[in-house]
Amino acid sequence: MNDRNLIKVYLYTRFERLWHWFQALMIFILLITGFEVHGTYTLLGFKTAVTVHNFVGLSWLILFAFFVFWLLTTGEWKQYIPTTKKLFDVVLYYAYGIFKGQSHPVQKSKGAKHNPLQRIAYLGISAMLLPVQMATGLLYYLYNVVPGGLDLSILAVVHTLVAFLLVNFLIIHLYMTTTGHSLFSHISGMITGWEEIYETTKIQEWENKATKKN
Amino acid sequence: MGNKTAGLFLALITGLALVMGQATVAPAANQPRTKDEALGIKLAKLAKQAVKANKHWTTTDHSKIKALDQDFTSGSQITQACLSCHTDASMQFEKTIHWTWKVESEKPGIMNGKAGHAVNNFCISGNAMEDKGCLGCHVGWNGIKEEVNCLNCHGGEKFNYKEAFSDIQAFMEDDDPETQEIVKELQGEIKNAVKNITMPQRNHCGECHFKGGGGDGVKHGDLDTSLAKPNKMLDVHMAAEGADFTCARCHTTVRHNIAGRLYTRPASAERKSLIQDDMATKITCESCHGTLPHKTESKMNDHVDKVACQSCHIPEYARVNPTKMWWDWTKAGDLRDGKPYVVKGEFGKPTYKSIKGEFKWEKNVKPEYFWYNGSFSNTGIKDKIDPAQIVKVSQPMGSRLDPDSRIHPFKVHRGKQPYDKINKQLVAPMLSGPNGFWTTFDMKDAITRGNKALDVPFSGEFDYVETTYAFPITHMVAPAEKAMACKECHIRDNSRLAKITGIYLPGRDKNNFIDGIGIIAVLGAFGGVALHGLGRFFTRNGKED
Repeated sequence: MNDRNLIKVYLYTRFERLWHWFQALMIFILLITGFEVHGTYTLLGFKTAVTVHNFVGLSWLILFAFFVFWLLTTGEWKQYIPTTKKLFDVVLYYAYGIFKGQSHPVQKSKGAKHNPLQRIAYLGISAMLLPVQMATGLLYYLYNVVPGGLDLSILAVVHTLVAFLLVNFLIIHLYMTTTGHSLFSHISGMITGWEEIYETTKIQEWENKATKKN
Repeated sequence: MGNKTAGLFLALITGLALVMGQATVAPAANQPRTKDEALGIKLAKLAKQAVKANKHWTTTDHSKIKALDQDFTSGSQITQACLSCHTDASMQFEKTIHWTWKVESEKPGIMNGKAGHAVNNFCISGNAMEDKGCLGCHVGWNGIKEEVNCLNCHGGEKFNYKEAFSDIQAFMEDDDPETQEIVKELQGEIKNAVKNITMPQRNHCGECHFKGGGGDGVKHGDLDTSLAKPNKMLDVHMAAEGADFTCARCHTTVRHNIAGRLYTRPASAERKSLIQDDMATKITCESCHGTLPHKTESKMNDHVDKVACQSCHIPEYARVNPTKMWWDWTKAGDLRDGKPYVVKGEFGKPTYKSIKGEFKWEKNVKPEYFWYNGSFSNTGIKDKIDPAQIVKVSQPMGSRLDPDSRIHPFKVHRGKQPYDKINKQLVAPMLSGPNGFWTTFDMKDAITRGNKALDVPFSGEFDYVETTYAFPITHMVAPAEKAMACKECHIRDNSRLAKITGIYLPGRDKNNFIDGIGIIAVLGAFGGVALHGLGRFFTRNGKED
């Protein structure tokens, strides 16, 4: 390990970082207020929780559309193409190799910011969980306006289940940030945009499809 | 993406978020939806200005009316004087429930109303107006026996005509000039009282409606003498510093038929402004406030399809005077030294009366809530009951599936009252008068006499059954800032709507299965990352140093 040098690469643009943290903040606020509306605890008071939840939820709905637009126009969507290649290696690394001091089987690069496990996880979140949460949330909000809408109990149950899954994701996601070469290297990367990667890392041929010319 | 582009993009989404936020807080839905609604609001404003500008509605000064300038010797003469101008007034009035105390029910052959087959769990029945104790509120000069007493509702001052006339009758024969002077004085007093004519004021209606059931606040809980001069906290509509409405401002009248009765009739089909049309048979809050009454909280407006305005805007009733919540007739008739007695309890109200039984009073009472479509189901004296159950003498009708039903607040008066053990029917004991229960303390005899007055057979065997009687809570509307907090209902435990089931109420309801899976998953994730982290800690990430 020590024979390889760390180099810094600019991996996340200012917009991506801002988007990431803004989204993180919104998810955090939505979870806090959402579970209060659900009746799990009392923090802001029901009325305030509902008002904040509705405001942030609806704002996010609009912002998410822009995010999707941005992904499509910049081609960044290719970062989320799922693959099984090396997926097992990555799983094995986190299950075993990490305790043995092995190096990560897939290093980050400008063209491939996410490893196969991240690709699947993030695609699942952004293409499945978030849209379901947004759809059920919107129908919940428009319950009185949309005629023949789904029963509130169904909407509420699905919305709650996905919320729990998002909490799940958040816990694992936060933990995974500590698995970089130092405890906070991934987090600082998401703040500054610069990730430290090993110099020897090469972009694999199979990853190249999503690679922009450097 | 260049920095410049990204900056522009950010500015754009921030702007949109703000616009969206505005939309969240104040959607376009707050604007009147239809032309009619817009017109209603406009007319309501105009009407308010009109009332403010001129308090005098009448075009007649009754003190100048010749017909009233005479020496009256009986109530009947006064009524005739009124009718000399208002030719059809008593004819109209005698057709109304205020005179007949009867109203048709949905069941064939059964009349509701106090003079009909309706019973309650207070003084139980009016016994077809035979029970003289109930006649105090009848709008005739002498119960039902003489003509309509117009001054009961239109008299500008409280005056004891009955006493004055009997005094005049007694003194008339006397030739003594001093006695004649007294008669002249009395005549003058009567004349002044008769000439002092007014639109019905709160006290006119209150004389009977505040004291329903035999005393102040006994019956309704949202109607008692505190409403004669309420402050704004008690009733925002009636308070002098509020809208200063009299009862008749909302309970509008057409040919002496007074609108706003909440009893047996179906829900009002139209929700139109009272200003647009005073013929509305039922008064709803929407009559004036429209169907989107909240200015800023769009989510509040979402409630109006399922929740009655009263549910949030009358958090508690009997806020000044206590109201009766329990009346147990089984305890009635206990005597001390052969004489009836009274025990007074909290609030200075009787908790026991030999003539009536045991009472419980409460103040600042939280209502009970039911689905309500504007109609009641009543158990009258001709209806069969199941004595094994608590008998619902009066119960709101409606269900969550009925689009006209709303969750509405009610006072539920509970008690025990007699029933016919063989015929399985409620009974109507005669209470007042020389042979009534209040004199004889013989319940069986009282039931026999009371049922006879209603022409309903009595087997001779009676027992007591527990009953409930629900009253819609609709007066004592608190100012908006005193409306109920969301969490009174949207809370896991002790929700005010705990008994309203079959709907999903956010904050109150959850799916135990989903919540269970969710919590296990979250705990699992925590456990997983904790173990993984510990593993890395103890293996020092596989590094030797």
